[in-house]
Amino acid sequence: MTRKLTYLEAVREAMQQKMRQDSNVYLMGEDIAEYGGAFGVTVGMLEEFGKERIRNTPISEEAIVGVAIGSAITGMRPIAEIMFSDFITVAMEQIINQAAKIRYMFGGKVTVPIVVRTAGGGGTGAAAQHSQSLEALLAHIPGLKVVMPSCPYDAKGLLISAINDNNPVIFIEHKLLYKHKKCVQDVPEEMYEVPIGKADIKRRGTDISIAATSLMVQRSLEAAEKLSRERSIECEVIDIRTLRPLDIDTIIDSVKKTGRLLCVEEAPIFGGFMGEVAAGVSEKGFDWLDAPVTRVAGRNCPIPYSSVLEQEAIPSVGRIEKGILGLLG
Amino acid sequence: MSKNLKEKENYVTINGYKIKNKFEGLKKDKKVEMLKKMYEIRHFENQAEQFIIRGVIHGTCHLYTGEEATAIGAIYGINSDDYITSTHRGHGHCIGKGADLKTMMAELFGKKTGYCKGKGGSMHIADVRSGNLGANGVVGGSIGIATGAALTCRMKENGKMVVCFFGDGAANQGIFHSSLNMASIWSLPVIYLCENNTYGMSTPVKEAFNIEKISDRKSAYGIEGLTIDGNNLVEVFNTVSHFSDKCREGRGPVLIESLTYRWSGHSKSDAQVYRTKEEVKRWKEKDPIKRYKKVLFEQGVLTEREDKEIEKEVGASIEKAVKFAKESPFPDPSGVEDDVYA
Repeated sequence: MTRKLTYLEAVREAMQQKMRQDSNVYLMGEDIAEYGGAFGVTVGMLEEFGKERIRNTPISEEAIVGVAIGSAITGMRPIAEIMFSDFITVAMEQIINQAAKIRYMFGGKVTVPIVVRTAGGGGTGAAAQHSQSLEALLAHIPGLKVVMPSCPYDAKGLLISAINDNNPVIFIEHKLLYKHKKCVQDVPEEMYEVPIGKADIKRRGTDISIAATSLMVQRSLEAAEKLSRERSIECEVIDIRTLRPLDIDTIIDSVKKTGRLLCVEEAPIFGGFMGEVAAGVSEKGFDWLDAPVTRVAGRNCPIPYSSVLEQEAIPSVGRIEKGILGLLG
Repeated sequence: MSKNLKEKENYVTINGYKIKNKFEGLKKDKKVEMLKKMYEIRHFENQAEQFIIRGVIHGTCHLYTGEEATAIGAIYGINSDDYITSTHRGHGHCIGKGADLKTMMAELFGKKTGYCKGKGGSMHIADVRSGNLGANGVVGGSIGIATGAALTCRMKENGKMVVCFFGDGAANQGIFHSSLNMASIWSLPVIYLCENNTYGMSTPVKEAFNIEKISDRKSAYGIEGLTIDGNNLVEVFNTVSHFSDKCREGRGPVLIESLTYRWSGHSKSDAQVYRTKEEVKRWKEKDPIKRYKKVLFEQGVLTEREDKEIEKEVGASIEKAVKFAKESPFPDPSGVEDDVYA
């Protein structure tokens, strides 16, 4: 059985179902109990699971992650919510030096099954410290997995996979997707996994491949529909879904068909994750490329406040469309 | 005996706390075992120091020599299935928690047979099966982890608790504050054991703190806390044992500051220009092993001959560990990317 769910509802349902199934799963974060989380993701969970498992914390991101790690290596499966992905920087020592390293530096004898859920991305007028896309920083670190769902179906399935995973998983949700009307979707009632490490083709096409993450998948799909209607250009849109491990093969297989790759991400272009995708495709798929891999990405500035400026900083449907047309010459 | 420890029947008063003298009730074997463990640390560290000086060991080590009473007193003051977290100066905690000397030495040599298969080295030895949740290369890095382990004990109601070892330097890290606060509001069963060994690398505690005692910070978190003589095994044992019971009863975390001194430099590259030889000499006179032996002699549970035998036995086990480490193979370089993910 399926029914329509928003992205936010899908995230919540994944946590509820896992918490019903496994008493070791618990949720910890700032204002997640009575308040229901800054974006309302955990509304109603306190009533069902109680204060012990919907654990409101002081404003202490470093300790939230540290406590999650300590409880994970002793048998729990914590989900730590970091309200805005920007605040993950406060916990970076624990994520990078501890969570990501513990298994390796202890010779593979310890597992760290934590999920750090956080809301990333801009577009809300919240300016420079509440709007960043920091996924490239995290995806760079061996030992971490980094997941960015773009739609409700994936959000539920990937979060269930993340909770089941025995590694630290950074699960980056997008604020603009939580209640995004265009991506309300049929989501199965039962539990299911969407595999971590597998990209997904969200739209089939033959003229050009677009690889995107999170909100940019939705915007790329919009651009693709528009160009299909107006110019009969058929874009293939690949949702990277998991940045690490990266499924480069699905992208290369698409390039084999189209000969062109446009990479779309919200983060500033310099040093962004799509540089890795471009390098991977150039190294492994050069023979199939008819044009250089091109990127449409965020501008090289912090996210500004004024909506005019913010729209300029983050790729819009129009900018993606331009990128597609530019690459098709 | 330190001046603030006054024996009175079966209770002692330490820093105004009336604490049960559980040490008195220990069997002879346990008392002697603690001495043996202190010897193991001392000899292991002396051997490691030699290897560092001679360049036999590739990396670095942070030696625990001089601080033995704190690790052993604390670890023997809790149950064997309780947890500890350790620090970059972690050999003493490892040995105290029952680590195998051969496997430890092999790790220092970067061998495949080491605790971490040569991937961690001195600073990252963990032995989760024995409850040692790991040494940590970041000052303060394990305080949150210890707090999380205590949360597991609380949520699973398994009757266990945690001793979190960290140095004076770590008490000025942000995670010290956020973790102690969190443990306090949630009444978690954890003893935060600050090993104040007088210096954070080269910086004297006097320069890094504007308070008399690090344990004074207890009041910021609404928890119990006190400062003890960290070179007095009996005092460390009794204090940790007493407060571990309180923790298990759900009365929340405790901050214990254990005053001690590291005899060696911070690590292998330390010329020790920040302290005088006289100061080191003064602290060596407070040798925790000598002081503990005196207690055992006075109580009649140890003879000079037994003492010599124990030390000889420990020396032999260190030799065996060195032999094992030297003869063990290095890890296969092709496995460098193994163990990154589960």
